[in-house]
Amino acid sequence: MKIVIVGGGMGGTILGNNLARRLHRELKTGKARITMLSASDKHMYQPGLLYVAVGSMMPDELYRDQASLLEPGIGFHVDPVETFMLDKRQVKTKSGAVHDYDILVIATGSRAIMQGIPGLAENAETFYTEETAVKMLKRLREFQGGRVVITVGVPHKCPMAPLEITFMLHDFFKERGMRDKVQLHYTYPIGRVHSLENVAKWAAPEFDRLGITYETLFNMKEVDGKNKVLKSEEGSSTKFDLLVAIPAHKGMEVVEKNGLGQNGWIPTNRTRLNMEGQENVFVLGDTTNLPISKAGSTAHFEAETLGENIAAMVKVGSAVRDYDGKVFCFIEAGKDRATYAMFNYTTPPDPKEPTRAVHWFKVAYNKLYWASARGLL
Amino acid sequence: MMGEKRQIDARGSFCPGPLMELIAGMKAAKVGDELEVLSTDKGSAADIPEWVKKVGHEILATIEENGVWHITVRKAK
Repeated sequence: MKIVIVGGGMGGTILGNNLARRLHRELKTGKARITMLSASDKHMYQPGLLYVAVGSMMPDELYRDQASLLEPGIGFHVDPVETFMLDKRQVKTKSGAVHDYDILVIATGSRAIMQGIPGLAENAETFYTEETAVKMLKRLREFQGGRVVITVGVPHKCPMAPLEITFMLHDFFKERGMRDKVQLHYTYPIGRVHSLENVAKWAAPEFDRLGITYETLFNMKEVDGKNKVLKSEEGSSTKFDLLVAIPAHKGMEVVEKNGLGQNGWIPTNRTRLNMEGQENVFVLGDTTNLPISKAGSTAHFEAETLGENIAAMVKVGSAVRDYDGKVFCFIEAGKDRATYAMFNYTTPPDPKEPTRAVHWFKVAYNKLYWASARGLL
Repeated sequence: MMGEKRQIDARGSFCPGPLMELIAGMKAAKVGDELEVLSTDKGSAADIPEWVKKVGHEILATIEENGVWHITVRKAK
């Protein structure tokens, strides 16, 4: 059984390691083979970028060599897939190599698109790449005071990022002794401050307590850089001295180019995680079109389900369980307190009051992530 | 000219939730396209029309069947 995993991010890596352990006998006898095709020889801990933007982590802490994270039985190639030939059960890579598969897993991830909103790339700071997070940190360090506006595109990776960066900015400026010179103004696309109702019920009074103003039902339309005004689809506008954007995301270009899904999101069965209409093609993490959070934990829990199912398909010819929509997100409520939200398709989250203990667990997880990627945690 | 019809299955979606799914879908749609959102959140019956009205799109239907809301919206601009 030839298993090909396209993508070496969190989902692909956890799945590959999970499968290599479950199928170690089959890998030895040649009954199974696992190949991973990735665009990079490095693996980035993406949630760390938030901390880079406020100076509490350095970029070099976020990377490991991808090969060092993988079980020995996995055939790893830095050779991204360019063409998907699903009818032939083959993929073709940048180097021209053709890989046959019996089971294909697509876990190519997503990317922030600043260019989708006129004027945004030229006038806003963001933190979804190393380069932009470092640039944002430098801008924050130079900022002498004024109105900081946080704006949010849809869909975006890490649903807690808008709240987290806002609370972290509050503490950043407070620590620098200039919070009284900074007005923080938060905008959000729907009619409350977060998509999760219980999180919104907690966050809005926190904003009030910290003097953070907010406007809901605000979807960015364009940025007038000359006058420093952000305009919304809903017809309102807000002035800024510093604009911080959580931009809308798309799936990867290769997905769109191969006609696998609009905007790079692949239509995916919500419990079996197979691509719609393709029994032997599975989709993981941000790449799905599922109506759940684009977050590392989503990819993690999907990968665990899929690891169990693909291993069972090799061993007994059948999947064994359904993905239940499980997501777990930490929520940093500043620089030293945090809470979390856990939910699935049927049960909404019920976040507790933020504590220092949960914050320190998150800080520990920033290091423990590498055990997670190796499939150990 | 008739636009395309698409369905957004946001049943069981707490985050990002049905309205966020619709907002993302509307961005990708063309003027005249019809999007039907499926939601198990009864709040969608209020918050989707509120946003649609504010932005200036058009609600074509709001139907509840066996605990699932079917809300159809046409992109108007």
